[in-house]
Amino acid sequence: MTVAQDNMDVAVAAHGDDRDKFEGVQTPFRRFLSDYCESKLAVIGFFVISAITLVAIFAPLLAPTDPYDLASVSIMDSRLAPGQAMMTGTTAHLGTDGAGRDMVSAMIYGLRISLGVGIGSGVIAMVIGISVGLFSAYAGGRVDSVVMRIVDIQLSFPAILVALILLVTLGKGVDKTIIALVVVQWAYYARTIRGTALVERRREYIESAVCLGLSERRIMFRHLLPNCLAPMIVVGTMQVAHAISLEATLSFLGLGMPQTEPSLGRLISNGFEYIMSGKYWISVYPGIALLVTIVSINLVGDRLRDVLNPRLQK
Amino acid sequence: MSNAQAPTLEVRDLQTYFFTKGGIARAVDGVSFTVERGKVLGLVGESGSGKTVTGFSVLGLVDEPGRVVGGEILYHGENLVTASPDRMRALRGANIAMIFQDPMMTLNPVLRIDTQMIEAIQAHEQVSDDDARQRARDALGQVGIPSPDERLRSYPHQFSGGMRQRVAIAIALLNKPDLIVADEPTTALDVTIQGQILFEVQKLCEETGTALIWITHDLSVVAGLADDICVMYAGRVVEQGAVDNVLDRPMHPYTHGLIGSVPSRNKRGQPLSQIPGMTPSLLALPEGCAFSARCPRVGDACSAIPDVSAPEAGRELRCHYPILEAAP
Repeated sequence: MTVAQDNMDVAVAAHGDDRDKFEGVQTPFRRFLSDYCESKLAVIGFFVISAITLVAIFAPLLAPTDPYDLASVSIMDSRLAPGQAMMTGTTAHLGTDGAGRDMVSAMIYGLRISLGVGIGSGVIAMVIGISVGLFSAYAGGRVDSVVMRIVDIQLSFPAILVALILLVTLGKGVDKTIIALVVVQWAYYARTIRGTALVERRREYIESAVCLGLSERRIMFRHLLPNCLAPMIVVGTMQVAHAISLEATLSFLGLGMPQTEPSLGRLISNGFEYIMSGKYWISVYPGIALLVTIVSINLVGDRLRDVLNPRLQK
Repeated sequence: MSNAQAPTLEVRDLQTYFFTKGGIARAVDGVSFTVERGKVLGLVGESGSGKTVTGFSVLGLVDEPGRVVGGEILYHGENLVTASPDRMRALRGANIAMIFQDPMMTLNPVLRIDTQMIEAIQAHEQVSDDDARQRARDALGQVGIPSPDERLRSYPHQFSGGMRQRVAIAIALLNKPDLIVADEPTTALDVTIQGQILFEVQKLCEETGTALIWITHDLSVVAGLADDICVMYAGRVVEQGAVDNVLDRPMHPYTHGLIGSVPSRNKRGQPLSQIPGMTPSLLALPEGCAFSARCPRVGDACSAIPDVSAPEAGRELRCHYPILEAAP
C-alpha cells in the first residue's frame, strides 16, 4: 500500500495541475509542528512561556498596583503576609516586600524587565554573532582564524566574571545590563553559525549560486544564512534562558537592575535578608516565577533541538 | 557550421593542480579541446580522471588547494584563466552556465523556485520582476514542466528528482548562455527521465546554437548526444575525435576497454570484459603512461609518457601501441 501511495505522491508531484492534491502535500512547517507536538512537556512549556510573555507585555493592565509609583507605595504596608489587605484596600495576594510593594505587581513588572532584558540582549547578540560568524565562515583562511581565536578567548572567561567586571565599570541600568549580556553572549552565536555555515558553504546549491554569477553578499545573506538558521533558533532559545538567569544573578548580587526597577533577581535579593525570619514570600515567589520561566524556555529549546536536528530523527 | 570566427570554447594545454599536504595532484595535466557553436562535446572518464575539475576550471570554480597553473581557456578568444573575478562573475550564469550532478542538492531548499530564477536573471540584467517572472515561466515550459505558473510558486522539496533537474536546466538556460557545462546531470535520474532530458537538451542546442560540454561516464549517453568525444584518464586526454569514429574504432586500449565494459545485448551469455585494477592515485602516478599498469598492450616504450599523435584527420591519441587494425 505504501508503495502505491508513494507512486501516487510522485504522480501528484509530477502533475501539479491537480490543485487539491498538490496543496495537500505536507509542508516542512506542518511536519515540524507535528514533530514538535509529539512531546507533551514541550507543548506545556510553549504554552507556559507564551502565557508568561503575554503577562509581561500587558503588565500595566494586569498588575493590581503600580510598583514604580513611589507615591502609592506606603512603608506601612511593608512585609505584609500573603492575603492581607494593604492601606489602599487592595489585597496583597502574595504579600508585600520590605518597601511595601505588592508582590504580585512587583513580580509582573519584574518578569517584564527580566524577559525584556533576556530577549533584547539575546536578539542583539544574535544579530552581531550571526554577522561575525557568517562573515568569518565565508571569508575563511586567516580572517576566519583570527575571528575564531577572539571567540575562543571570549569564551574562555566565565560569563559571570565578564558581566560583573563590565557592570562594575558601566554602572546599573537596563541598557548597561543589556550591553554586558550581549558582550558575554555574541560569541556563542558566532561560533555556532560559523560551524553550520562551513558545512552549508560546501553544498552544491551554494556552488550553483556562484555559477549563476550572484554577488557574494547575496549568496551570503539570501542563500547561506537561511539554511543556517535552524541551529540558531535552538541556540537563541537556550541563550535567552541563560541571559535571564545571568541577569537575575547579577541583580541578586546588587549589580544589573536598580532598586527602583526591580527585576526578578532584584526581588529575590530584596527578600533574602528576611527569609530566615519567616517572611519567605518576598524571595520565594519571585524565585518560583524565575524558575518556571527558565524551565519552560529550556523545555521549548530542548524540543526544538531534537526536532531541528536531522541526525536525531528516526 | 564552422565559420571564420573563433570557436565558443578552446582549451589549450590546461593544467589544474591540487597542492595538497600529500603532494601535488595533477588533476588536469595538459588537456586541450575545442567546442564549436551548437556542438556537444562528451567528456568521458572514470571517477577521478579529472573531467569534473576540467569543467570547474572553465568556470573558474576550482577551490583551494587547487589552482589552474598553466594553459589557456579561450572563450570566444578571451582567456578566462587571466580574467578578473568580476569578469568571471559577469560571465558565469549569463554566458557560461553549469548544470550539476545531483538535482537534490543544486536548488536552495529554503527559497521558492521563482525567487531563485528571478534573482538569476536580475543578477545580470536590469529587468522588472514581472518580466523576469515571465522569462522564468517560459524557461520552465521550455524544459517540459507542466503548469509552470503553479510550479514557480513551489519549493524544491515539492518536486521529484527529474523535475528538479529540469528546473536546474531551466535556470541554466535563463540567460541564454552560449556555453553550458553539464557535470553528469542525468546520472542520478531514471533512464526514461534521462531520455527526456537528453532530448530537450539536444533540441535546445540545435535551436539556440548553445555549445555544450557534457561530462559523464556513461558511454551510451555520449554516443547518442555528443558530436565529439574526449576520453580522459588520470588527468590527461588519451583519445579524442568525432564520436562515431572513436566509439566504432577505438585506438587507445583504455577507450577500447571502456567500450568493452558496457554490457550489451550482442554479448549476452559471454562473460563481460573488464579493465583490471583501478584508477591510480593522482599523488602516485606510475612512471610514463599512467594506464600502463592496467594495459593489455603494454610494452617497453610505455615507461615514457606518450606524445599526442594524430593517426587520422580530426583525431588525437596518446599511446605508444594504438589499436590500428579492424574494428573490435
